[in-house]
Amino acid sequence: MKKITAIVKPFKLDEVKNALTKIGVQGMTVTEVKGFGRQKGHTEVYRGAEYKIDFLPKSKIELIVSDELVTQVIETIERAAKTGKIGDGKIFITPVEEVIRIRTGERGKDAI
Amino acid sequence: MKRIRFFLPILVLFMAGAALAAEPASPTPKVDSGDTAWLLISSALVMLMTPGLALFYAGMVRSKNVLGTIMQSFMIIALISVQWVLFGYSLAFGPDWRGIIGDLSWFGLSGVGLAPNPDYAATVPHQAFMIYQAMFAIITPALLMGAIAERMKFKTFVVFTLLWSTLVYDPIAHWVWGTGGWIREMGGLDFAGGIVVHISSGISALAAALLLGKRKGFGTEPMAPHSLPMTVTGAAILWFGWFGFNAGSAITAGMLSTSAFVVTHIAGAGGALSWAFGEWIYKGKPTTLGAVSGAVAGLATITPASGFVTPMPALFIGLTAGFFCYLAVMGKNRFGYDDSLDVFGIHGIGGTWGALALGLFATKMVNEAGNDGFFLGNPNLLGVQALAVAVAWLYSFIVTLVLLKILDWTMGLRVSEQEENSGLDLSQHGESGYSY
Repeated sequence: MKKITAIVKPFKLDEVKNALTKIGVQGMTVTEVKGFGRQKGHTEVYRGAEYKIDFLPKSKIELIVSDELVTQVIETIERAAKTGKIGDGKIFITPVEEVIRIRTGERGKDAI
Repeated sequence: MKRIRFFLPILVLFMAGAALAAEPASPTPKVDSGDTAWLLISSALVMLMTPGLALFYAGMVRSKNVLGTIMQSFMIIALISVQWVLFGYSLAFGPDWRGIIGDLSWFGLSGVGLAPNPDYAATVPHQAFMIYQAMFAIITPALLMGAIAERMKFKTFVVFTLLWSTLVYDPIAHWVWGTGGWIREMGGLDFAGGIVVHISSGISALAAALLLGKRKGFGTEPMAPHSLPMTVTGAAILWFGWFGFNAGSAITAGMLSTSAFVVTHIAGAGGALSWAFGEWIYKGKPTTLGAVSGAVAGLATITPASGFVTPMPALFIGLTAGFFCYLAVMGKNRFGYDDSLDVFGIHGIGGTWGALALGLFATKMVNEAGNDGFFLGNPNLLGVQALAVAVAWLYSFIVTLVLLKILDWTMGLRVSEQEENSGLDLSQHGESGYSY
């Protein structure tokens, strides 16, 4: 089992979610985050005082998938989230030790 | 028949007595319901300006200080309302002592009844005039507090508000508006409070900003407004209430109040345009904050002149107000002091320009009880206005400085560094403005 973390542009969130559910992904967790990579921020001006805003709003999607689905999920996210412009985001894959379904106590792949 | 003959002389005497009683020895001032209605409504309008100011300011501070900022304005309503009816009104408008201050014979509103006081307002109950003036006494210290937002101890703020109102607002109000007040006697004019409200608060605000020092992280940490929608809501309430502030100062309902209403609106519009367009040209984009700041600048600047000028000069005053105040606010960034919400830049500068513009454009055609200004052939008025402005500047600055210094030694002015970090809402009031 792997945990896939994807940081994407907020307006792409719906598109990514729809694409994932289409290939059979059953759940995910989404957080609103701030961050930057190579995308530059912007400047806001309030009564002449300039504020350089480096952090940009992004959406973070986390999902747990069984090993066989990893490649397909990554490709789906890449396709749906891409705009071709700087700031599209990144995907991270990390191993998962255990997954438990709270309601039933199921463990492992059955709990995904 | 016998009965009528008995009662007839008594009847004649009775009617003769009634005829004589119909002409009283001295006529009592008659209360005009139109004037009274307008004055009471105006009092309510100006009252609403203080919560409006609270929102205007609160939207511009960081979210951890939103309640602390609102709380200051709201508590001032309560504090100064009591101070006013106990002795503030008496000091400001009571029987004059040497042109400097009123005495305390009206303590607890003794002698301030419902019959009109012809010295101030011949056609409305005296208490209506008193309560109208109360709203001005309330909003003035609330304006001042904007300069030292996000860093003042609440305890000290309470004491400072009461002392400042008594030692700065009440005397200046007496000089300009009180019977026997020396500026009034000298011919100085201030229709609705350019000197009494905007200069006093604006210059005192500068003193306070300099004495309290900058907010921690000023210049390096981001301190952008946390809710401009809140600020715009506040500004809208201020514009609306300003009709009571300026047009209500006519104390009558009719031609003068209409004139003041119209020029107030025009100046607000002019200020909004010139600040927003100035930003557009100079910085590349017109901002919401700029537009509402310009409107407030225009409204503040027309305040002293609102009962003395005609519409076209009012437009000029509004447009230049937005321009001058915009420059003053930009200039602040050069000098490096932290007048957090630009009280000096907008009210100090606006009130000053307005009081002087009065000296240029005033015309007796609008208000016979006023005067003609420079452009109408009377240069003297401008001189009197300049003197009044200068004295108000000096007095406000010095007394505020001394007062704050004493409070700093005795009570401390600023919250601790840790309290400033966690924010006034939590540290001073144990509350959170937003629960997410």
